[in-house]
Amino acid sequence: MAFEGLADRLQGTIKKITGKGKVTEQDVKEMTREVRLALLEADVNFKVVKDLIKRIKERAVGQDVLQGLNPGQQVIKVVKEELAELMGGEQSKLEVANKPPTVVMMVGLQGAGKTTTSGKLANHLRKQKNRNPMLVAADVYRPAAINQLETLGKQLEMPVYSEGTDANPVEIAKHAVNKAKEEHYDYVLIDTAGRLHVDEGLMDELQNIKEAVNPDEILLVVDSMTGQDAVNVAESFDEQLDVSGVVLTKLDGDTRGGAALSIKAVTGKPIKFAAMGEKLDQLEAFHPDRMASRILGMGDVLSLIEKAETDVDEKKAKEMEQKMKDASFTLDDFLDQMGQVRNMGSLDEIMNMMPGAGKMKGLKNMQLDEKQIDYVEAIIRSMTLKERTDPSVINASRKKRIAQGSGTSVAQVNRLLKQFNEMKKMMKQMMGGKKGKKKGGMNFPFM
Amino acid sequence: MSFFKKLKDKISQQTDQVTDKFKDGMTKTRDSFTSKVNDLVARYRKVDEEFFEELEEILISADVGVVTVMTLIEELELEVKRRNIQDTEAVKEVISEKLVEIYYDGDEEEPEELQLNEDGLSVILTVGVNGVGKTTTIGKLAHRLKAEGKSVLLAAGDTFRAGAIDQLEVWGERAGVDVIKHSEGSDPAAVIYDGIQAAKSRGVDVLICDTAGRLQNKVNLMNELAKVKKVISREVDGAPHETLLVLDATTGQNALSQAKTFKEATDVSGIVLTKLDGTARGGIVLAIKNEMDIPVKFVGLGERMEDLQPFDAHQFVYGLFGDLTTEDTQEE
Repeated sequence: MAFEGLADRLQGTIKKITGKGKVTEQDVKEMTREVRLALLEADVNFKVVKDLIKRIKERAVGQDVLQGLNPGQQVIKVVKEELAELMGGEQSKLEVANKPPTVVMMVGLQGAGKTTTSGKLANHLRKQKNRNPMLVAADVYRPAAINQLETLGKQLEMPVYSEGTDANPVEIAKHAVNKAKEEHYDYVLIDTAGRLHVDEGLMDELQNIKEAVNPDEILLVVDSMTGQDAVNVAESFDEQLDVSGVVLTKLDGDTRGGAALSIKAVTGKPIKFAAMGEKLDQLEAFHPDRMASRILGMGDVLSLIEKAETDVDEKKAKEMEQKMKDASFTLDDFLDQMGQVRNMGSLDEIMNMMPGAGKMKGLKNMQLDEKQIDYVEAIIRSMTLKERTDPSVINASRKKRIAQGSGTSVAQVNRLLKQFNEMKKMMKQMMGGKKGKKKGGMNFPFM
Repeated sequence: MSFFKKLKDKISQQTDQVTDKFKDGMTKTRDSFTSKVNDLVARYRKVDEEFFEELEEILISADVGVVTVMTLIEELELEVKRRNIQDTEAVKEVISEKLVEIYYDGDEEEPEELQLNEDGLSVILTVGVNGVGKTTTIGKLAHRLKAEGKSVLLAAGDTFRAGAIDQLEVWGERAGVDVIKHSEGSDPAAVIYDGIQAAKSRGVDVLICDTAGRLQNKVNLMNELAKVKKVISREVDGAPHETLLVLDATTGQNALSQAKTFKEATDVSGIVLTKLDGTARGGIVLAIKNEMDIPVKFVGLGERMEDLQPFDAHQFVYGLFGDLTTEDTQEE
């Protein structure tokens, strides 16, 4: 079953409330229902979702609709802001001990990817930070775990400290840190055994390692595919060890990764890195904003919102509205509008981003392919100022000149003029009569 | 006969040991789930919208999946209306009834056993994403089959992950079965091919093939897996007799995507649900069985060799509602 993006989910609701100037409580209720489902499908813990929805409702009701957005998008904007806030800022820095070596403990459930992540982190430290790390094999339980780390060490040409499977993990960790001091390694990465958070014996062992080596960082490694249980896992590891940060693994899969949000919400600890593949250089800084979009499955709508916020000049939009009202909209304005639209990205992209855009009358007649827009631009630019303000003066010989100047044909010039006239007529219809009431409906700048 | 009585009868037919182990491993699961349902029932006298809302949350927190839960709640609401159930106690029964129904969906309500070739070589292929416990499961499965008197051979088809071959060898030693291997980085299909030839010439009963973990959206890796499967089908008639998808019980909704994609590539015949001894409840298998008709064949309940047990939906649901059933029988 493919995931349904929030954008798709919201289509129906958005259509219903497009054209309103204010977001009403009922709108928000309908929207948040969909948002809730999307978050739950993304594996965000239901308690976290509950709190989030509550805050979103409080914030979204009664807001004025931002220029360039429809009420649906407005709610999404609030959702995104709340998500981003919850996820926190970027935090990919590792602690550095006052006196080297900096000791990092890797902990987590079985199969989360601790050993591979240890290797990746060591590689990251050496390559990006020019450090000299040492890996420590303290997982004496899983068959061949030491072997795995040693193989990674060989691939990276990096030292791996191990004492075999008979040694005590606490002793191994102690000895390793001493060795690192003597041999001047500046980072010690301790790979511990995977364990269920309910396994008291193994959790005690982790606490003993912690006490013995006093780590500067305890990184909880979490599989990004984890479901509702992520909250329990993160809570108990944090309670017992006071972790300093989180590494999210297997993010190169197709999971939404709602676990990230759950973990952040219950522990408040920063997610420092994201593991994105099986190769040893595939460890990246964690980007909370990207994660927020991913969880919602709606990067498209979000980027449209961002673009609308930054690219559409509000003052210009006001002017435009006035012009639409008194029908003094000229070809120059048309050109201007197109410029603004194009700043937002390719037209196809924008049309796709707009839920239900394909169904808008008027837009259908305008052939919205990229080339056509180029032509339209060229045609208008080949007109004199007078022609642009008052297209009725354009006669056959002017048309010929414009076509030649823009490298198009008279037929194309004719088509543009026809479309422009139709558009003007449409605007008159929409703006005339019901003054102001249709405000929200006219928000798309190229209408 | 009441539903819970039937359930109890059914379970008492199983050997006590197995049931105990299953119950044991599921204690955490059951504790949190039933205490929540009990809590819910105690707090709400009337079956109303709020009651269903909270029930919805309980099920979602068990990773049952949004779509499945929504459908279930809808059906429950209808059922409650139809039977004119007013008090929450009575709803409990309907809840578990519906859960078992989702899983079986009209099928025979029998545990799914491994489909093995009774006379001649059987091949079991194990697949799954990274870190779910494929290699461990193979070790446990080898132990189990050997205890049943079968001769077993393992093929170390995970030639990618560092230390994977060594890990399988340790499990082979523990279970007392041989491992056919190549060096790290070699072609997995070639290892499996050699495994099949060795299995044939030694006349073993079961060959279990390990494969490297792979995320289901990696097209090339999924193609590689399809190729491995092709080699097996070509070399042994009717093989692989079982293609087991190993699923981590802590996995959320992505398990659906895993099941779907692995099924497309390798025609998965069964699921092994691992790490069920934690607090994760693995509720997503209900949706997988319901939507894709892939049954769960085994569950992993611990780190010891014996900790692989056959899955039985009745036991699974009994595990979730264990305390409720006991209370009910006492009342009668």
